[in-house]
Amino acid sequence: MQGFEHLVRKQDGQPIRYLVVDDSIFARKNLQRILAMFGGQVAGEAGDGRAAIEAYNRVHPDLVLMDVTMPDMEGIEAAEQIINHHAEARIVMVSSVGYQENVSESLRKGALFFVQKPPKPELLYEVIKRVLGDAAIVVAP
Amino acid sequence: MRLELIQPFINATDAVLAEMLQAPAKVAQVAMDEAVYRRKGVAASVAIHGDIEGHVIFDLQTETALRVAGALAGKEVDPKEETARETVCELANMVVGNAVTLLNDQGHTFKVLPPELHTAEKGYAGGRQSEALVMCFDTPIGKVYLNIGLDYGRQGSTLAPEANA
Repeated sequence: MQGFEHLVRKQDGQPIRYLVVDDSIFARKNLQRILAMFGGQVAGEAGDGRAAIEAYNRVHPDLVLMDVTMPDMEGIEAAEQIINHHAEARIVMVSSVGYQENVSESLRKGALFFVQKPPKPELLYEVIKRVLGDAAIVVAP
Repeated sequence: MRLELIQPFINATDAVLAEMLQAPAKVAQVAMDEAVYRRKGVAASVAIHGDIEGHVIFDLQTETALRVAGALAGKEVDPKEETARETVCELANMVVGNAVTLLNDQGHTFKVLPPELHTAEKGYAGGRQSEALVMCFDTPIGKVYLNIGLDYGRQGSTLAPEANA
């Protein structure tokens, strides 16, 4: 397994806190496993868009990984609502359906990146690093 | 059956299994399904809408699904039926989602619905205006089956079966 330098918050050196949103427990566990490789901490989980909004308000994560197709409220709508109330929110969409329409709409609604499932750890790492920008620093594990 | 519609499913299955298992998946068998496909283990069905209406069944032996879950967890997982179902549904979601992405990138218009557990013993068979295909993939952790049923006769279908297919 590839080793990754850990990403931590620049402001306090603490692990990056993630909110993982997916209706599949399997997918959430897979993302958790990958984020652990980056030294991250899953601060919250949600299984649909509505729960994601509630979870965001509760945990104020550094970054959200959001599925698109979910029951109750889909990911793109949830992303839009989160960003409407928290302009600073950083949201990366993670979906198996990566055709242009989905990608464009996600970015139009305020998501910062779109990653197609299954997420490749090395790609996700680079995306997270880029999205966090100056808010994160890299440290040895 | 139109090869340009099937090839993305083969490519997507190969890519998803390779990424999830860190090992290659090889097509062991492809057959036009004249008779009804029979479920082999834990299966999920994903509906497709657009240029063609159809369904894809993704089918694994329970033990194989648990091995996938274990490979991801880095340890053996509790041998629960629920874990196997979760694994199969998400694998089906990824395979069909990736295949539909490839098809849309080629100019087709398809949408997928979320996977549903397929508990019926039978799958999809070909008919007068429909075609069905069964593919078996060999992977290091067991066999993976895909049953693709495409209905050219339904409303919304804009493609026809390939001549002499």
